[in-house]
Amino acid sequence: MLEVRDLTVRFPSGFVAVHGANVKVRPGEILALCGPNGAGKSTVLSVLAGDRAPSLGVAELDGRPLGAFDARGLARRRVVLEQSPSLSAPYTVERLAGLSIGVEVPPGLMHDIVHRSLEDVGLANIKDKRADLLSGGERHRAHLARILAQLAAAGEVEGKYLLLDEPTASLDIEHQISVLKIARRAADNGVGVLIVLHDLNLAAAFAHQVGLMNRGRMVSTGRPPDVFSKECLSEVYRTPIEVESDGRGRIRIAPLY
Amino acid sequence: MPLVRAMTGGFTPPWPSKTPGIFVLLLGVLIVVALAELAIGPVNLSLQEIIAGISLSADSQGSIIVSYIRAPRLALGLVVGTALALSGCALQGVLRNPLADPGLIGVSTGASVGALSAIVFKDVMLGMLPPESHVYVLPIAAFAGAGVVTGFVFSVSRRGGATSIATLILAGVAVNAIALAMIGSLIYISDDQQLRDMTFWMMGSLGAANWTLVTVSFAIVAVAAFFLFRMGRELDLFQLGERAAYHSGLDTERTKRKVAVLCALAVGGVTAAAGPIGFIGLMAPHMARLIVGPRHALVLPAAALMGTILLLMADLGVRNAVPPAEPPIGLATSMIGGPFFLWLLLTRMKRDGLNA
Repeated sequence: MLEVRDLTVRFPSGFVAVHGANVKVRPGEILALCGPNGAGKSTVLSVLAGDRAPSLGVAELDGRPLGAFDARGLARRRVVLEQSPSLSAPYTVERLAGLSIGVEVPPGLMHDIVHRSLEDVGLANIKDKRADLLSGGERHRAHLARILAQLAAAGEVEGKYLLLDEPTASLDIEHQISVLKIARRAADNGVGVLIVLHDLNLAAAFAHQVGLMNRGRMVSTGRPPDVFSKECLSEVYRTPIEVESDGRGRIRIAPLY
Repeated sequence: MPLVRAMTGGFTPPWPSKTPGIFVLLLGVLIVVALAELAIGPVNLSLQEIIAGISLSADSQGSIIVSYIRAPRLALGLVVGTALALSGCALQGVLRNPLADPGLIGVSTGASVGALSAIVFKDVMLGMLPPESHVYVLPIAAFAGAGVVTGFVFSVSRRGGATSIATLILAGVAVNAIALAMIGSLIYISDDQQLRDMTFWMMGSLGAANWTLVTVSFAIVAVAAFFLFRMGRELDLFQLGERAAYHSGLDTERTKRKVAVLCALAVGGVTAAAGPIGFIGLMAPHMARLIVGPRHALVLPAAALMGTILLLMADLGVRNAVPPAEPPIGLATSMIGGPFFLWLLLTRMKRDGLNA
């Protein structure tokens, strides 16, 4: 399990981005972190990714502090898609997708893994194009292929984690859904998935668990229908929000303007 | 390509099929330029004299010129070109900015301050040391000066992202201003003989080459080059940004420290021997990327070949422009490199603005 307990993050400026949050990412489960801008979602993700040490509280992977892992050890256990991934060299899509695979993976296997992940994100047909010239959405998917390949190349490691920071922000509806289906498939294969997501409907449809954050605090966590109540969402987002339920555990969320 | 495939038992190598040919071509050009460096000069020499000079059976005047003047000069040129090109390549890779050059960001100037201090304070410093260590004092001082500057530049480079052109050039302006003030002070307190040594050295030249100098700078650069050549994947990963490189399993702080030390070593080592020579570190990696693509495993060796070719051509130029007089090689590299830099700056600014 990848988790933070009583996490507080204070930036060097003195600003406290996260106050005492508890987040558990379990193998085989998708956890969606939702909440307004500046709620602390990405900061929680960066602590779980090992980028940032907690100011207070603990961050652990299977009971071992994240700070005790070296970069390579961590890279075999968790992969991360940044909010705005970048590339400053004119690599082809295929080369970009294979970039995060470790040197110990033999070239033949690497080739297969890269192709499978490019097919997963729907970019296999443009694998020879320059990745830095793609549209924003395509570039985001190429980076997603890169981290899926990294995840696959890590092999049969117990307890792998996929951390996605707003992976759908620059994508059209078709590809938003396909990214969440990829996350779902990963979870079905035992991977623990954490997604920072603004789209509450996608979170409700695909996540097993959701965490709703506001101003650095975890407001509530649980199954989507329990967390996404009309009152709670309307208060957190300071906007009247309607929640419809079909009575079979599926909900639809709509802001009222 | 069929040849490569036959040699590797049907395995298709992970580089474009024309790459081996490009390296053979670059190597061929380098050999031609190197032979020209040995043959052409105030006295033109024949192939027989060159072979006699290299095989150390120097009996004629021509072969003595080769073995005592031109061969060490060629060797120093190979060392200097390789060191500057590899340093430029590594700095550009880590800073994610194709305008980084050991000269422009002040690493060479830092090395100069170190080396000039050693020249001026020679009597004070060398008095305490055994005579056989004197030849190492200049490189060590230059390494220290270069190290301070690379440390500074990496600390101002934006954490996590690409370093903007503006940051890089302004850091270079600041470093060069401080360094020039220090050099000015050194000139002010130096005596006539030191002043002459300093002035000649400051313009950069391969003219002081002798086998001792070549051996020392070769030893230093060989160490730095050995490690820099192996950094291809690390530099590739840096193109994702520091955070994603870390997520991919790279200890990014360690890589930056490694590049800072190795570049300071390489630039310090050759600046001590040949003075500050600008723009090779800017031009060579750029041309290398144009011909072999962006993969650093290929860019590094191609840049090293390109750097030595450029440097030897510049040396041939200055030696044969107004013989027997010999303008400093730094003038030639700056005369080609300056406009090249300006062109690169303008095209990038037009595309991305100063914050790219």
